[in-house]
Amino acid sequence: MGRKTPGLNTSSMSDISFLLLAFFLLVSNINTDQGIARRLPPPLPENQEKPDVKERNIFVVKINSKDRLLFNGEVGDIRDLKDRAKEFLGNPNNLPNLPEKIQMEIPLLGMMDVSKGVISLQNDRGTSYDMYIAVQNELQAAIVEMRNELSQVKFGRKYNDLPETQAEAIDQAIPIAISEAEPTKIGEK
Amino acid sequence: MARFTGKKAKETPALNMGSMSDIIFMLLFFFMTITTMRESSLYVTIKVPKATETIKLQKKSLVSYINVGTPMAGEWQKKYGTESRIQLNDQISEVKDIPLFVEEEVSARVEADRPFVTFSIKADKDTKMGLVSDIKQELRNSGAFKIFYNAAHGERK
Repeated sequence: MGRKTPGLNTSSMSDISFLLLAFFLLVSNINTDQGIARRLPPPLPENQEKPDVKERNIFVVKINSKDRLLFNGEVGDIRDLKDRAKEFLGNPNNLPNLPEKIQMEIPLLGMMDVSKGVISLQNDRGTSYDMYIAVQNELQAAIVEMRNELSQVKFGRKYNDLPETQAEAIDQAIPIAISEAEPTKIGEK
Repeated sequence: MARFTGKKAKETPALNMGSMSDIIFMLLFFFMTITTMRESSLYVTIKVPKATETIKLQKKSLVSYINVGTPMAGEWQKKYGTESRIQLNDQISEVKDIPLFVEEEVSARVEADRPFVTFSIKADKDTKMGLVSDIKQELRNSGAFKIFYNAAHGERK
């Protein structure tokens, strides 16, 4: 006669698992790291000559120590920055005072007009990081919008949904053309 | 009339607790998998700025953090003042300590991963750009070109 095995007492099981659960609840932090990715340029050689860049190919954005903005020497507002940057980088009507374009053969896209425009960003040592990120954010927004538009035209979907090779092609057609100058030292104590 | 309705007083039936542990285990595994242990505690207060165009930081194992903010109230402020300071790993550091930090962080990775190490600048929004520029300059000179400005996703007011 086989004997019945007595049932395991599992009532403390939930206590144990509650204990573990509480532990992991306490020590876990859900990954929420977000931000803006940038690439720094390599350091310049000592006796580097200033590259000769035409005035029409530069859009100067300056932030002073009081977090005020200058676009090409005129007082500007952060709310206009995205549209100004888009107009500058896109130059849709091929105006003579906006950047030149060069024809470039890009894989998957064919011959493309790539803007020679560079946004030059200069801040003061007294500028707040908050404002700096706000400006970077607007410039990024301009680039993201332009990439999305091109991606819609060429591939019929959003830039973020593209496979890597197509995204790289778009990146080549619309590069992140932001150059940062040495900061001024007016706002430093 | 108890004769017809049954003699016993009505009892509420016991809840079946059998599936309780299953549920708890499910939660447990969820939290176990998403957990990342915090490696070092912060000694500076950081409130990152808000931005709308943020992207998620990819490949956490290839990211090293540079924390910038004002030292925490109390002991830390007594020791390091109330100006923004840099925290690398577990200690408050100077800008000149960054090249060594970069070298340590890069050489801690396997050879194939070294070019992809990203330095995430996690700075308080009231930090002055002078300090951030100095950090960027040091990173540049130490050959760390991939950087990431930590920001919270959200509309600016």
